[in-house]
Amino acid sequence: MSEQEPLLRVEDLRVEFPTEDGTVHAVDGVTYQVRPGGTLGIVGESGSGKTVAALTILGLTRTQGAQVSGRILFEGKDLIARSEGELRAVRGNDIAMIFQDPLSSLHPFYKVGFQLVEAVRAHQNVSKATARARAVEMLGLVGIPDPDRRADDYPHQFSGGMRQRAMIAMALVNEPKLLIADEPTTALDVTVQAQILALLERLKRELQMAILIITHDLGVVAEMADDVAVMYAGRVVETAPAQQLFTQPQHPYTWGLLRSIPTLNGPREEQLVPIPGTPPSLIRRPTGCHFYPRCAYAKPEHARVDPQLEPVAGSPEHHVACLLSAAERERTWDEITAKNAALKARSALAAPAESP
Amino acid sequence: MIRFIIRRLLWGALLLVIVLALLFVMFRVLPTADPAVLRAGRLQNPKIIAEIRANLGLDKSLPTQFWLYIKGIFLHFDLGFSYYSEAPVKELILNRLPATVSLVFGGSLIWLVTGVGVGIISARRAGSRLDRASMGSALVLVSAPEYWLGLIALYLFASDIGRVHLLPGAGSYAGLTSDPGKWLGSMIMPWLVVAAGTAAIYARLVRGSLIETMSEDYIRTARAKGLSERRVVLRHGMRSAINPIVTVLGLDIGVLLGSSVLVETVFNIPGIGRLNFIAINHADFPIVEGTVLLAALFIIVANIIVDIVYAFLDPRVRYS
Repeated sequence: MSEQEPLLRVEDLRVEFPTEDGTVHAVDGVTYQVRPGGTLGIVGESGSGKTVAALTILGLTRTQGAQVSGRILFEGKDLIARSEGELRAVRGNDIAMIFQDPLSSLHPFYKVGFQLVEAVRAHQNVSKATARARAVEMLGLVGIPDPDRRADDYPHQFSGGMRQRAMIAMALVNEPKLLIADEPTTALDVTVQAQILALLERLKRELQMAILIITHDLGVVAEMADDVAVMYAGRVVETAPAQQLFTQPQHPYTWGLLRSIPTLNGPREEQLVPIPGTPPSLIRRPTGCHFYPRCAYAKPEHARVDPQLEPVAGSPEHHVACLLSAAERERTWDEITAKNAALKARSALAAPAESP
Repeated sequence: MIRFIIRRLLWGALLLVIVLALLFVMFRVLPTADPAVLRAGRLQNPKIIAEIRANLGLDKSLPTQFWLYIKGIFLHFDLGFSYYSEAPVKELILNRLPATVSLVFGGSLIWLVTGVGVGIISARRAGSRLDRASMGSALVLVSAPEYWLGLIALYLFASDIGRVHLLPGAGSYAGLTSDPGKWLGSMIMPWLVVAAGTAAIYARLVRGSLIETMSEDYIRTARAKGLSERRVVLRHGMRSAINPIVTVLGLDIGVLLGSSVLVETVFNIPGIGRLNFIAINHADFPIVEGTVLLAALFIIVANIIVDIVYAFLDPRVRYS
């Protein structure tokens, strides 16, 4: 992606869970990277393997009996080869993580301040008082008013947005180089969502960290991400700089995602097109292209050939795993956008007539 | 918090009055035998019986009797006198209390430590051979009645009648203050017997509770913070998993204090259960009534303590 050494590079990561029904291929050869200080957005439906891949970076799928292969290079060193003890030194220190539901992610029986102090003391050999001062400072930094007093509150005494702020404070208390944010705004009110995203942006600048943000919400990606990886059925199907992904999406699944979000200034007749069908079983996967059963543009031979992630002609940072030819993809996307443009123009013409 | 405690105490007092009413009906109203006649023994003449009746207050109306009964209990913990020995029941019970308390607290310490320990190990290695072996033996112990376990223990290990002369057997109890060494020796077998079944229940309870807790989101957070697995399990997992244990522990201790009849009888420990057993054999109602009241009192107090401890354990309970 750039001449700069990536902070995190995941290479051909595979995570499998043996179950009674068969092996679940949760992550199936995923490759992506995060630049120092950059933001990578990972998009996909639930069950596409985005969270499992992220948990595996921290070694948190080990306890669930996962079989992991591939490489996870953090600052050039492979995390998969590390022992549990070595990984523990990375967790919460170099790489921190926040989760979707801040209420269930905080321990209900411990005071918020204590939970932050614990995070500090897991990695720094400091006194309780020093750790507490650091915790209070961090709570203040994430915008919790009167942090010295609120540190002695329990999570249930915080509002939803405050809890996520506290989670962020806890994750960033040791100034990690990378923050993994797994659906950080999904469980929050829309107004609070924007505040949390703005907070993450500000902290990212102030602490000079990189962010790996996992979401199913393309709006969040548009707001935050420099680069995007689209995941489907345990694989990355498209990866590109955010701008390019929105203007020249290459994969039919990405088109589907883009067409299923409403735009506020778009014409009211603009049709939201849901992607038909459901994601495939990760135990008995379809042969050939995994998206084949749901793809409107698939050809019979796509059921036999497995597409590989390949660079898009003319833009070396844009990769796609699709069996359609570049010309076919360009033509189809143009047709989709032209149709929308026509709708938009029509509604623009109709608008003055409606208003007095 | 203070208001919460006061409210619980008032509820406890009300509950006690209800228990007293039940006892009163059971032991004073329902029995067809006349206590005064029982008390008179061989001196069956009307004058003496009338005198005894007046002494016991049986000549007064039932509501007056009930009022005097409650007043006596709340003001002096007056439980009346044994029909058999004429000794005050309160004194008889207080003399027997140390033996029962020794049995219950020693036993509960053993079942708590082994139950929780085995439960944690089983939960962390769920499905392993060790887990299956300990849960299997737990099932056996849960199913074994205490008196049977007690007799087997005596048959195998008692220093007088056992196959292996290992530990002092039945009737070897000595007070803790009079002879600590003998007390300890005599209590080991009863402790193990009384703890076995409950330890097994606790092991299964802790195992289930901890396995459930370990799948919570906040456990994932604790791991993501970089805490050691030991700290994750003991500080974060057990902190939540211990709550149901606290509830049953309080009640189990309360129940056992009032009703350790079987183990005390098998090992001939001069405790309240043994006292009760003898009193039932002699139809000595005041003692039975006193021990039943004490059992109810223990359970009421245990309930109040559990509620208060629970409020400290779960901050979400405290403020609502």
